[in-house]
Amino acid sequence: MYEDRIDQIIDKYETEKGILIQLLLDIQHEFNWIPKEAIKRISERLKIPYSQIFRVASFYTALSLKPIGRHLVRVCLGTACYVRGAPRILDSVENKLGIKSGETTSDGKFSLETVNCLGCCALGPVIEIDGKYFGKLNSAKLEKILSSCN
Amino acid sequence: MKSLKSPSDLEKLRKDILAKKDPKRLAIAACVSTGCQALGAQKVLEAFDEEIKKQGLEGKVEIKETGCLGFCEKGPRIVIYPEEIYYFQVKASDVPEIVSKTLINNEIVERLLYTDTVTGKKARYLSEVPFYKYQNRLLLESNRKLDPKKIEDYLAIGGYAALAKALFQMTPEDVMNEVKDSNLRGRGGGGFPTYRKWESTRNAPGEPKYVIVNCDEGDPGAFMNRALMEGNPHSILEGLIIGAYAIGSHEGFIYVRQEYPLAIENMETAIKQAEQIGLLGEDILGSGFDFKVKIHRGAGAFVSGESSALMTAIEGKVGEPRPKYVHTSEKGVWDKPSTLNNVETWANIPLIINKGAEWFASIGTAGSKGTKIFALAGKVNNTGLVEVPFGISLRDIIYKIGGGIRNGKEFKGVQTGGPSGGVIPKQHLDSPVDFDELTKLGSMMGSGGMIVMDEDTCMVELARYFVNFLCDESCGKCTPCREGLKQANKILNGIVSGKGTEEDIKKLEKIAEVTSVASLCALGKTSANPLLTTLRYFKNEYDAHIKEKRCPALACKELISYYIDPEKCKACMICHRNCPADAIIGEKMKIHVIDQSKCTKCGTCYDMCPPRFGAVKKVSGEPVPSPIPEEERLIKRAKKEKRD
Repeated sequence: MYEDRIDQIIDKYETEKGILIQLLLDIQHEFNWIPKEAIKRISERLKIPYSQIFRVASFYTALSLKPIGRHLVRVCLGTACYVRGAPRILDSVENKLGIKSGETTSDGKFSLETVNCLGCCALGPVIEIDGKYFGKLNSAKLEKILSSCN
Repeated sequence: MKSLKSPSDLEKLRKDILAKKDPKRLAIAACVSTGCQALGAQKVLEAFDEEIKKQGLEGKVEIKETGCLGFCEKGPRIVIYPEEIYYFQVKASDVPEIVSKTLINNEIVERLLYTDTVTGKKARYLSEVPFYKYQNRLLLESNRKLDPKKIEDYLAIGGYAALAKALFQMTPEDVMNEVKDSNLRGRGGGGFPTYRKWESTRNAPGEPKYVIVNCDEGDPGAFMNRALMEGNPHSILEGLIIGAYAIGSHEGFIYVRQEYPLAIENMETAIKQAEQIGLLGEDILGSGFDFKVKIHRGAGAFVSGESSALMTAIEGKVGEPRPKYVHTSEKGVWDKPSTLNNVETWANIPLIINKGAEWFASIGTAGSKGTKIFALAGKVNNTGLVEVPFGISLRDIIYKIGGGIRNGKEFKGVQTGGPSGGVIPKQHLDSPVDFDELTKLGSMMGSGGMIVMDEDTCMVELARYFVNFLCDESCGKCTPCREGLKQANKILNGIVSGKGTEEDIKKLEKIAEVTSVASLCALGKTSANPLLTTLRYFKNEYDAHIKEKRCPALACKELISYYIDPEKCKACMICHRNCPADAIIGEKMKIHVIDQSKCTKCGTCYDMCPPRFGAVKKVSGEPVPSPIPEEERLIKRAKKEKRD
């Protein structure tokens, strides 16, 4: 089911040098994860060993080798958020969703990740859901934001 | 716009753009950087769109989207031109009033002006706001004047004049000398003289040569690069092209972390626009100089901000560092000479070329010239981006600009330099801020993160946080960093959970020594800084954790307990309802008690208890006071009055 789209993404770059990471980021963006088929296809077309692509895909935090839920919740644990209570926000999200960081809810609705810094340090604690940022969080705000995801 | 073939074409275009601008035109400029967006800037803009139509001003007011102005704490922020009225913390519901009062009747909405926290005075102009008054915004100032998606705006404020000057009035050697005389040092962390990097690439054999912008900004607590790239991408691009001309490079990369989608988008737009009008590509402005640039998105690895690791990432590989006996400036991307500079370093170049090295070198201290942008965050009143000349004291940044510590708490320390830096305590608050002074204090400049901590931050826990962070981010290539950090992490985890022994300190010091000396790259070499500075300045906190099993900041979960002060509890049920562990026993009119066996120490009750009651307390190193007898828990009116 992924083949055509994967080929289209590879076509965008094929002749360029050193594009593996960019390619994987695009695939991640498209499917929300890096399916095995994609690694195989890139390996065939770009003549890069499967193991090498797997190593890159497993090294970088932005690339996921597991499918991700419909909503990706990223809790910032950067220093500025940390000193303003981010660990408690993480605790609350974990409690509310019933999953730990790095996991996906069984209904496939939410995935939870922690990140090292979202660059909104003046507004800590911050979380990002599906690319949208929410600053100056507290438990009450969090409750509202999570329940507005469907 | 057609392609520009000479500097006079550029000047003509600039004149045309300026002629079309009406300085008296009504305009609203709103910050739409990631920070203000997180606070709802987009909704405010949409409300303006709607309200302007509703109140019949369509076509009469220009709406501009600008980059970050720095005062993120008070966002969303808007400016109304031509009067330049600054409104802070604007909500969509304020918009109808702004339109009817300020736009139509030229009246001020007082409550949206900045109020001075000390004097209570309203600030009518930006220069009256203390947060801005003490800054020297050479780089950030332009952010408020331009829409980052419009090259016309950048040209209108004199953009690309430095490039034209460099290409037509200066030889590459002249540019090199100007940068040398300016004494510009790299803004990414190490403070290496920019000129020396450039010279080494320029003289190194091998073609092509590459120039690279580092916008990996992996230091947690730093976001100045994001603000510059989101708010003024052309200034970075202009600096890069000038640098390429001086070095003799025709190809560049802009490495941006994928966590910054807006920075990537604005830079992509900037590149396209510059290409369209002949400021990038072949034969730039008819000078015969060619230069092209590509964006490379970083996929999230802290170590990839290190120069050799970043260059391997550009090659599409795992971003791991390599030994530095061969400098990347000589053998970098694909083993070709490559100069890598931070976003802020590149953005300084057009200023130096325009105004001259002498002017630049007149700002700052003997060893550190120019200004530096700091990301002021943490427990300080005014958080945001602060651009100050080198030499200003930490005290001035935190108290004059930052407005002091939140909620009247006590200052404990300020963390600079990210995970490679350290914590500077109260007794050094008057130290001037520059590359060398911070290093002397055991910390470092880093990319400019400045996180202020108050009495509630535990320094042992903070050291554990950084070591844990670095442990996660260590690429694992060299043993001292990989294994050293893992062991240090284990020991620190023990101390914060009350299992520390007196030998732990010695072990930590030993590990710190080895990782500092024997690690391969800067990540490992500096990894001990947070540990060493906290040991140096806050040894008493380590002792309290180890000897008394007490956390003086009341922060370490394993060492504290929560209880409800029966004198203060009003039996309002708020904590009872919100406790996720059902650990609070209580009912209406009956003083609540925490069941210690069920309590998970999540702190929800502590946060939820209304501040006017403040009944939930924390203790460490001593037992929880035993609950009052059942019969005394009933609150009676009479009893309460008596107590008052």
